[in-house]
Amino acid sequence: MFDFPETIRIPVGDWVDGIMDWIISNLKPVFDFIGDVGLQILLAVEDILVFVPWFIFVPLVGVIAWKTLGSIRQGITMALLLFMVGTFGYWTHAMTTLSVVIVAVAISICMGIPLGILMSRSSRLESFLKPVLDAMQTMPSFVYLIPALMLFGLGRVPATFATIIYAIPPVIRLTNVGIREVPSDVIEAARSFGSSEREILFDAQLPLARPSIMVGINQTTMMALAMVVIGSMIGNRGLGMEVLLAINRVEIGQGFEAGISIVFLAIIIDRITHSLSNDSYQKSKDASSS
Amino acid sequence: MAENHFVEVKNIWKVFGREPKRALLSKNLQLSKEELQKKTNLILALKNISFSVEKGELFVLMGLSGSGKSTLIRTFLRLIEPTSGSILVDGENVAAMKKETLQDFRRHKVSMVFQHYGLFPHYTVLQNAAYGLKARGDKKEEREEVARQTLETVGLAGWEDYYPHSLSGGMQQRVGLARALATEPDLLLMDEPFSGLDPLIRRQMQDELVELQDKLHKTIIFVTHDLHEALKLGDRIAIMRNGEIIQTGSPEEVVTEPADDYVREFVQDASPAKVLTAENVMEDPEVLLYAWQGPKTARKILKDNRREWAFMVDKHQTFLGVVSIDDLDKQPSPTMEQFREDSNEEIHTCSPEMSLEELFPMAAKTNYPIPVLDDKGKLMGVVRYRSIFDSMTSDYSSEEAADV
Repeated sequence: MFDFPETIRIPVGDWVDGIMDWIISNLKPVFDFIGDVGLQILLAVEDILVFVPWFIFVPLVGVIAWKTLGSIRQGITMALLLFMVGTFGYWTHAMTTLSVVIVAVAISICMGIPLGILMSRSSRLESFLKPVLDAMQTMPSFVYLIPALMLFGLGRVPATFATIIYAIPPVIRLTNVGIREVPSDVIEAARSFGSSEREILFDAQLPLARPSIMVGINQTTMMALAMVVIGSMIGNRGLGMEVLLAINRVEIGQGFEAGISIVFLAIIIDRITHSLSNDSYQKSKDASSS
Repeated sequence: MAENHFVEVKNIWKVFGREPKRALLSKNLQLSKEELQKKTNLILALKNISFSVEKGELFVLMGLSGSGKSTLIRTFLRLIEPTSGSILVDGENVAAMKKETLQDFRRHKVSMVFQHYGLFPHYTVLQNAAYGLKARGDKKEEREEVARQTLETVGLAGWEDYYPHSLSGGMQQRVGLARALATEPDLLLMDEPFSGLDPLIRRQMQDELVELQDKLHKTIIFVTHDLHEALKLGDRIAIMRNGEIIQTGSPEEVVTEPADDYVREFVQDASPAKVLTAENVMEDPEVLLYAWQGPKTARKILKDNRREWAFMVDKHQTFLGVVSIDDLDKQPSPTMEQFREDSNEEIHTCSPEMSLEELFPMAAKTNYPIPVLDDKGKLMGVVRYRSIFDSMTSDYSSEEAADV
């Protein structure tokens, strides 16, 4: 047997510790501030979701699903799924989970789309970011909990932070791909008429990349939901916490109910965001030609 | 008189690769494309291109793929930056323009039609046609009004609210053309606009372009790989190979006097029927009758010449019709004018620009030669059935044909 020689060690772990120590001792006030603002936002969103009574929220989701999916049966199914979550006794927990997902996804979109645009414009940035994004997605998701915990302590803020890091790659990646796949003759045509780069971006690139970007948002949302559940390990309340508690107490039935609630939420969010990725002009085109 | 050319291209070079100016160093200047690529890893796309285009002219750049024609046309808009050289359009050097001036130039002076149309799939036909005006900053109502009119010019009235995807290729390219025309550019660039279309639609679009150009008199630079298209549309043609222009001339010149073997091979399959026009093959009529002559005189002239019939003109040489001895016998009239009014025989006529190809069906239908009339109706000559076929079979590299 050949053991790897102990004398050859690259202390990457020590370096990461060092960097984290330095950040915590020097930038603590910055992170405290970000944490406070983040918490206020998260609480506000949760308040709104909890404030809306279930008998309004359930039909509302039903109508949104009906309109976006274009079928009343789908709308009723989605409303029914949400209703089931309530019947399990997890309404408030579901709203808490949903609020973290919404905030994490919103921040991911706000940062991810501009990053994706930059990435599509610079092949150098793309070749740098691609492996980074790959690594971010391959890394076991709870690894992100450690720095989040150190920077923001326990609770929903570090959970949101970890969720953003885990969930942001798809929206960046698919914004980049979507813009790069816009036919070059369309871009060339826009340029030939004297459009500025900004006009080209808004007139041609973003609208044509929209289906791809929406797929990215859909994936980001699904990953965010998965990560929010894992965030329960650092004290994020909600459905994930219920699953975790059920595991600890070996309460199989309760764990199943909480787990299936997460699945229902996932189905509702997935269906609605996925339908948004279809071309709207494709639909109206079919309507006009028929 | 360099100032008189509307477009003047001088010594344009385009080299792809790192530090492209290296190709222009004197030690590299004499190298062939292959040698240059081997030695410096640079790819020579355009080699010292110079030509000029007059106002209102339709100038065709023709070459096979890889000849650099699409690269060349893109340098006019700086969609591809020339490595060196100057491009004067209406006295302004495009190659030296600063960003803002260039944008202004693109917005107001020049438009381009693309091979793959380059339409915005998420815009309606109307929005697409108005895009150039939008980029220029025109108000919504104004630009849609102009776009509507331009769509009508290209025959797309009624299609304004459709999306490009529901249109056929030919119609999509009409939208591309409308978009280019809407800004009323001084210079229109067309990069293989009809190459992606079915042959039938392609011919139709070519005809319409000729018709449109007859009305608008735009200065057009037209890129194609199709010799027939070049011969049909071009006032002048430049033939490109490997990034160089090897011959510039009128369609007749290119076909009848190829500059080298490459061009000769290229034009070999050019059917004379498409190149030669009525004007090239027409002859003087052997006998001509005049309207002021009396019927008896006419009869005598025909008899003396041992002819059954002859064409008749008035004192302005305006073509009136055909007179035959049989008719003169059948319907005696006091004057020839009266006679012509009574006669109802219809004669197919043609214009001097008509190609032989278009004359075939006419020649087959009529027993008479085809009179060639100018736009005022004056008789210029006649095309005989036999001369059409003679011209088709003659050898075009011979001295005799070069005189045509």
